[in-house]
Amino acid sequence: MDMANYLFEMTMIMPEITLICVGLILLLLDLAVKKKEVIAVVGIAGTLVALYATYKLYIFNQPQNVFAGMFVLDGYSNFFKLIFYINIILTICISLKYMTIEKSSFGEYYALILFATTGMMFMASAADLIILYLGLELMALSTYILAGLIRKQPRSNEAALKYFFLGAFSSAFLLYGISLTYGMTGTTNIKEIAVALQSLNIVDNPIVFLGMIFMIVAFGFKIALAPFHMWAPDVYEGAPTSITAFMSVGPKAAGFAVMGRVLFESFGAMQLQWNSILIPIAVITIAVGSIIALAQTNIKRMLAYSSIAHAGYMLLGIIAGTADGLTSTVNYLMIYMFMNVGAFAVVISLRREGFQGENLEDYMGLAKKHPVTSALMLVFMFSLTGIPPTAGFIGKFYVIMEAVNSGHMYLAIIAVMFSVVSAFFYLRIVMYMYMKDPKEEVTLTSSSSLNFALAVTTAMVIILGVFPSFLLNLVRSSIAG
Amino acid sequence: MVPLSWYILLSAVMFSIGVFGFLSRRNLILIFLSLELMLNSVNISLVAFSHYLQSMRGQILVFFIITVAAAEAAIGLAILIAFYRNNPTIKVDEINLMKG
Repeated sequence: MDMANYLFEMTMIMPEITLICVGLILLLLDLAVKKKEVIAVVGIAGTLVALYATYKLYIFNQPQNVFAGMFVLDGYSNFFKLIFYINIILTICISLKYMTIEKSSFGEYYALILFATTGMMFMASAADLIILYLGLELMALSTYILAGLIRKQPRSNEAALKYFFLGAFSSAFLLYGISLTYGMTGTTNIKEIAVALQSLNIVDNPIVFLGMIFMIVAFGFKIALAPFHMWAPDVYEGAPTSITAFMSVGPKAAGFAVMGRVLFESFGAMQLQWNSILIPIAVITIAVGSIIALAQTNIKRMLAYSSIAHAGYMLLGIIAGTADGLTSTVNYLMIYMFMNVGAFAVVISLRREGFQGENLEDYMGLAKKHPVTSALMLVFMFSLTGIPPTAGFIGKFYVIMEAVNSGHMYLAIIAVMFSVVSAFFYLRIVMYMYMKDPKEEVTLTSSSSLNFALAVTTAMVIILGVFPSFLLNLVRSSIAG
Repeated sequence: MVPLSWYILLSAVMFSIGVFGFLSRRNLILIFLSLELMLNSVNISLVAFSHYLQSMRGQILVFFIITVAAAEAAIGLAILIAFYRNNPTIKVDEINLMKG
């Protein structure tokens, strides 16, 4: 390969290279610098540089297929990268003070967040199942460690252990699916699989179908779709809260990115077959998430089940099987990130030395002492329920509309019904905050970075709720381009 | 010459044994071994397909899988040791701090 071409291909993965280099710098910096704030700021600066690189590539380039068809740079992957960057910045902002309270403020923490995100970016840009697998493992291995980062706490150890075993189990399924697909089509390239399916006339082949099911199962594990959601509540409860926020957005978005790409580009001709799997999964996911959340008393566990239910709603856009459907899913993911990280930021602000602040009772009468934080929590809870004028309503509105447009009226009805069920457990927190008397005094931990994250997420939840067209048009033009 | 279907059958049987072991064993180390068995069954089928199709992609993926499996084993055992320091057990039934 000639030098100019090689350099050109390297510029295409500049954002990923930047994040990896910054991650390595953070590991070295950790030896020299005592203050973790410095490391966090360098991490955020590195993310901004990567964001700038992605922006430059987005402005100047047509969709590119580089590294012998392994890596694709298009609007779809660029939009997912935007989600990942915002996720890093918000996560770092909410974790600074929190990890000090947990006495686990290691420099590796920030480096691992960057490495995990690089894995997600490779997943979003994967044009080949090999690079998809490698990106998924880079993401997964880093998040296993992050989940168990509070080494002294048995709960955190247990979360990491469970996440590791079930995550490794799901990647074995992914590999088996890849090997079956490879055996039948003779290629691992996502686009060429679609060509081979047509030219070899094996669209109805049961082994191809089996391979696709195995892959859907593996993605379902990462997204936490029922019945593959068993790990999620335990891991979300045990992991550090900031990492729970990170995990409930990043790997989920990356899972949807690869699911959308593989199902739409490789198995586009098999839409009837994958819908026969995904429709029951979506219904079960929404039902399980909404109903079991009713019984939870730990807010992190409740938000875990809520994130399962939201994954079910997002799946409706994929089931629709059109570009508009995919648009609504990606739009939902962006909105979900703001409201979910915001809710976790409020949960984090209750944590202080010697007080967990994770039980629902801890929220009793919060509004009397801390009206601002309560009001923010109210916004996030309304948004998660899907009440206008918050962004959550817009997200739900578009996925349900796409379900109706694609002829799945019953799915829309089920989604709306369970949305009403979910109002119970979201609004219960609001009720606890505003209508009950406090059992004990709760003092909040606050820091400027946490306040910044809260301000950004609240602002975005409200702005995207009032002016939804901006985000929607951005998503639509990204996916089309 | 051994036909392709034998290799695929071997791989399917190994994968099933791995899944069964993962779900039925109660010892973390044995669950870990079952995971490795599942990964290696995939390797067998990939190499068999690769030879049968006369394409290198499958074998390249096998090398990546072996590498990642090594990293995975290192991280998994590290997590296991961190866990064991706080609660000295490797029986799955006793890992129930959180209901789930």
